[in-house]
Amino acid sequence: MTRAISGEELAAGLEQRIPGSIIGTSKESILVNNQSLLSLAAHLKTEPGLEFDFLSSITAVDYYDYFEVIYQLTSLEHNHSIVLKVRCHDRENPAIPSLVGLWRGAELQEQEIFDLMGIRFEGHPNMKRIVLWEGFQGHPQRRDFLSW
Amino acid sequence: MDLVPTRRFVYSDADLDQHEGEVIEALKARSQQPIPDQDQWLSEKAPEAGILLTSVDKVIDWARSNALWSVVCFPACCAFEFISTAASRFDISRFGMEIIRASPRQADLMITAGTLTWKMAPNVRRIYDQMAEPKYVIAMGACGISGGIFQSSYGVVPGYSRIVPVDVYVPGCPPRPEALLYGIRMLQDKISKAKVFRK
Repeated sequence: MTRAISGEELAAGLEQRIPGSIIGTSKESILVNNQSLLSLAAHLKTEPGLEFDFLSSITAVDYYDYFEVIYQLTSLEHNHSIVLKVRCHDRENPAIPSLVGLWRGAELQEQEIFDLMGIRFEGHPNMKRIVLWEGFQGHPQRRDFLSW
Repeated sequence: MDLVPTRRFVYSDADLDQHEGEVIEALKARSQQPIPDQDQWLSEKAPEAGILLTSVDKVIDWARSNALWSVVCFPACCAFEFISTAASRFDISRFGMEIIRASPRQADLMITAGTLTWKMAPNVRRIYDQMAEPKYVIAMGACGISGGIFQSSYGVVPGYSRIVPVDVYVPGCPPRPEALLYGIRMLQDKISKAKVFRK
């Protein structure tokens, strides 16, 4: 079975390599600084011993005060996994760097999150609606979206 | 050991052969002349031919209501209840509609089996537009009638009547095959009341 690496265990090494990248840690996950998400993800993908070569899924959660985007990374090489979290406090125009350059599997999922949650992924090659149609007003998975 | 026949014949083989010979001889005796070809009616004039009086409405409505071919429009789970209706246990072919047409140009009836999203709605409307007149629509299931449990959703059409004119509504989630068959019977009753030259 895939071993879930403790966030605290992994964060200590990461903080030394990329200072200021980690905002918080827990047993299950690492909360990453917005600006250093790309460099940290690239490090996780390429660093020998870590080599998270597979992006299992991306999820987004609306906590009213901020959006949280959650990346589940897996290493098929070492059979271990980690959860990355990024927060976005700007509700009007939320934006997060895209990870399509690292994992192609992120492309459709980031597009879906943009469609339903309204978070823009900067650097995504095709940042437009995927499930709903062009011209749809609002983003229906947001907590404050009510259609009735 | 002698085999005991399980079935004892009333007639002996000799009697049967005798009878067979008599049948052949009798037929041969009756068949010495050829039977005249039955084509005299071709040259008869119209008043001498048989006439059956009925109304145009009745004949055309009878034909229309007993050959309802359904188009494929099954966006969601009601389709399985429709498949069950079409299969041998409930057997939709008893009503002259066992042929489910993949081409809307050959279909008369649209059974809307399932939830319709707004993104899918233009395609359903296009299929309806491609069907030849006369055409009918049965809204099957809660989603087909009103959107069902998805009525307040941002992406679901609240009832097919927003997209196409509906003739019969069949409630249920999903409706039992008996309910769908009852809806089809009601549609047939409706068609048989139609005035052909009204439109």
